[in-house]
Amino acid sequence: MADRIVLEVARYRPEAEAEPTLQRYEVPFRKDWVILDGLNHIKDHLDGTLAYRWSCRMGVCGSCGMTVNGEPKLTCATFLSDYAPGPVRVEPLRNFPIIRDVIVDIGDFMKKLSAVKPWIIRDSEKPLAEGEYRQTPDELDHYKQYSMCINCMLCYAACPVYGLDPEFLGPAAIALGQRYNLDSRDQGARERHKILSKHDGIWSCTFVGECTKVCPKNVDPAGAIQRYKLTSALEWVKDFVMPWRGQ
Amino acid sequence: MSDSGYREFRPRWYRPRMSTWWWLKRWSSLAFILRELSSIFVAWFVVFFLILVGALGRGGHGYHEFLSWAASPSIVILNAVSLAFIVFHAITWFNLAPQAMVVRLGGKRVPAALIAGANYGAWVVTSAIVAWLIVGG
Repeated sequence: MADRIVLEVARYRPEAEAEPTLQRYEVPFRKDWVILDGLNHIKDHLDGTLAYRWSCRMGVCGSCGMTVNGEPKLTCATFLSDYAPGPVRVEPLRNFPIIRDVIVDIGDFMKKLSAVKPWIIRDSEKPLAEGEYRQTPDELDHYKQYSMCINCMLCYAACPVYGLDPEFLGPAAIALGQRYNLDSRDQGARERHKILSKHDGIWSCTFVGECTKVCPKNVDPAGAIQRYKLTSALEWVKDFVMPWRGQ
Repeated sequence: MSDSGYREFRPRWYRPRMSTWWWLKRWSSLAFILRELSSIFVAWFVVFFLILVGALGRGGHGYHEFLSWAASPSIVILNAVSLAFIVFHAITWFNLAPQAMVVRLGGKRVPAALIAGANYGAWVVTSAIVAWLIVGG
């Protein structure tokens, strides 16, 4: 087994370059090293100017998403050994503007995430004295899968619809809207409906399905979107038959 | 996305453009585009069926004219290609059905294989009934 592997890392220094270039770094090849370990080695020992995001190193924070050999991946959960003998190409997440090296601007996603109101909405809160909002395991099961989203944005990087039309609300935001819609404690489905059912919401999705394939937490955003299309169509029929609804 | 706002530390974004040929780079993307394209052939089969109904409405002579037109090589080739696309259309959508349909029975989610299987089963049964009507009925 070779003891070194080459990482080809995208560099973009906006003060000096018009477009990104690739820079080769040779890092130790260890069986238990992930791509992020390689990047940290570069940062610590080879080139301190390399800019990238990371935090938890255990697939929870969603910070270290990058394009590895053309595929959106969490670099903390992608082993160097899967790409041996290399070289391994590390680029920024696709479909986002690049700020520097492999760091992308996530402002658009943050705006869309807050637009779907990903929190529990109540018409009125019950008094504290009445205790917590209780939930059965079955009720939890309805939305638990969608609650696993870590906002890593790999799904946006994989989605050609978002790449072609950045106005699209996108997979993770819709899945997180569904996460709260399907929560038995929530009463905000009507409010979210206005956002999710817009033209740039669920109806822009053509069910390519790539978002689900790349999701590191098995959230299945594509499924969430298709399910909400059915919900939205039923809501439209109900509004048509009973126009006084929702007044 | 807004370009306005604080810019001192964001001197210049680089915005990569998606290639027009993005769908040729991966088999899954190509399969998606072919699935979308297959809708045209589904529409053609509907048109073909409507032409058949129109020909039947014109009586025996019209029907025989339709049959000889439908047997012309160009129409046979078009229909053979359409059939291939429609089979692809059906299979890809049936495989995707479990993602879009969440059926719960007795508090448990019905397994994906069962939902896809039910779609395939309905397809086989419907095809068998149509075949029986045409050949045996």
